[in-house]
Amino acid sequence: MRVCYTGIDMPDYIIHVENLVKKFGELVAVDDISFDIPPGEIFGFLGPNGAGKTTTINILCTLLKPTSGRAIVNGFDVSRQQNQVRQSIGLVFQDPSLDERLSALQNLRFHAMVYDVASSVREQRIEHILRMVELWDKRNNIVQTFSGGMKRRLELARGLLHYPKILFLDEPTLGLDPQTRNHIWEYVLELRKREGTTIFLTTHYMEEAEKANRVAIVDHGQLVAIDSPRKLKHRMGKDIISVKTDNNNKATEEIKLRYKTEVRQDEDQLTFAVANGDEFLPTFIKEFGTKIISISLRRPTLEDVFLKLTGREIREEENIDVFKALTRQHGRRMRR
Amino acid sequence: MNNLRGIYTIWFREILRFRYDKARMFTSLVFPVLFLFVFGTGLRGSIGILGGGIDFIQFMFPGIIGMSVLVGSFMTGVSVVWDREFGFLKEVLVAPISRVSVALGKTFGSATVATIQGLIIMIFAPVVDVSLSPLTILSLLPLMFLLAASMGSLGILLASRIKSMEAFQAVMQMLMFPMAFLSGVFFIMEGLPSWMNVLVKLNPATYGITPIRQVVLGSSPELPYNITLFGHVMSIWENVGVMAAFGIVMTILAMWSFGSQE
Repeated sequence: MRVCYTGIDMPDYIIHVENLVKKFGELVAVDDISFDIPPGEIFGFLGPNGAGKTTTINILCTLLKPTSGRAIVNGFDVSRQQNQVRQSIGLVFQDPSLDERLSALQNLRFHAMVYDVASSVREQRIEHILRMVELWDKRNNIVQTFSGGMKRRLELARGLLHYPKILFLDEPTLGLDPQTRNHIWEYVLELRKREGTTIFLTTHYMEEAEKANRVAIVDHGQLVAIDSPRKLKHRMGKDIISVKTDNNNKATEEIKLRYKTEVRQDEDQLTFAVANGDEFLPTFIKEFGTKIISISLRRPTLEDVFLKLTGREIREEENIDVFKALTRQHGRRMRR
Repeated sequence: MNNLRGIYTIWFREILRFRYDKARMFTSLVFPVLFLFVFGTGLRGSIGILGGGIDFIQFMFPGIIGMSVLVGSFMTGVSVVWDREFGFLKEVLVAPISRVSVALGKTFGSATVATIQGLIIMIFAPVVDVSLSPLTILSLLPLMFLLAASMGSLGILLASRIKSMEAFQAVMQMLMFPMAFLSGVFFIMEGLPSWMNVLVKLNPATYGITPIRQVVLGSSPELPYNITLFGHVMSIWENVGVMAAFGIVMTILAMWSFGSQE
């Protein structure tokens, strides 16, 4: 199907990415990626660090120029119609991007001015959005005095201020406590319901990825899977058995020999996948030769899908990132 | 229209930040005052009256105004690198305004701040017995702004290529002190050794600071602080021309470089 993108017709897809490539010298950060996103979708973009997630977002929001291929956002070409693309999107970046020396109100006013929000509705809209993220009482406080969660909420408010068609959330809740994380998600979901905003999300939290209508998994700059979370999990087909034994090496051999399946060993726990786990479990316990200390069965999660497709655990990445974020913030404060 | 709005918004933010930054306002006074009163008073004893009957401190005073504008203009590049370091630059770069208007807004904003810093120094005029009429102050405004904007564009040019705060600060210091010292702020340009003479005249800041002095202390060609190029004594307008030419070239380079960065 050929879709005409003129910027006037309502396109079938609000984001259209076609054979996108980005090279930094020898390094191929994005390697021939193509996908389409229909309006109103929550699109999850997952992948290990260095997989090309942020590079792709930076191309879509016109911060980087693609080496080849093309990307159409809200009907506009990211390399040729930058201002129109920028007007169509809102961003919450992975790293803080507020002016910490100014107040919350001043940050939003600045944003409203550069995005040409008409001055007649400016103040009213700022008030509404600040009340929504519960920062109205703090509107005149300097951002420097805000906590991490408050800053994130302010950034979200700012990203929404010009009513973008598409909201890019690059790790929007990284390093935040679960309560703030839930809060932010409430705002985002409410907004999507009310305005039909398309949401392009990268995250390390699987609960968040589960909220997406569709999830794309990238690795080494390439798209390795794209589907709804349910179908992705279904594609795994099997249930996950975790077992602890008094001799894990011997147990590994036995499982491999008897059930012809791969076994993964983390610390003192063995994990493997089987079809129809409910029926498998009783038989397994009866016939297994090594002494079992504990055993559990669970349905596959996105985490398992991720692990299988990229060979890496998403949590490992997350911990490193939180640490990085913390040291970065600390470093900055030190330099002040 | 889009671009004008962009320039205005970026400009406005620079002013707003300066207004809130009491420390910067204060520290921008320290160096010039130190130079003017400590340096000036100390050297006045041995130098005394210059040719043309000008007292050494009076001679230094317009130079110090120019120097504080010069130092202030170096904040332009610093503020770009600073914004990059703290992430705010990203917010600016994904906004629907052109890179050119971002670069110009930054330059004009910092130049306005630098001009205000120069104005603040003028409150010391009565102390050093220099009379500044409202007309003189008014004609100094565009001169200070031109100096600041030209040097500011150089800062933007450097900041679009040098990304780390540390490297940028090192480069700035390497440029700022030689430029300030070799611009005739502290000495007259007669009888300098030839190497220094060449450096002073190659220094673009010289052509920004000298006209300030010419406006404050007079510009008749026999005065000892005029710039003589190839036997020709440069008038105020000729100096302004050189400064403006440098400024235009720097602005074009800065806009090109800032616009093409990733």
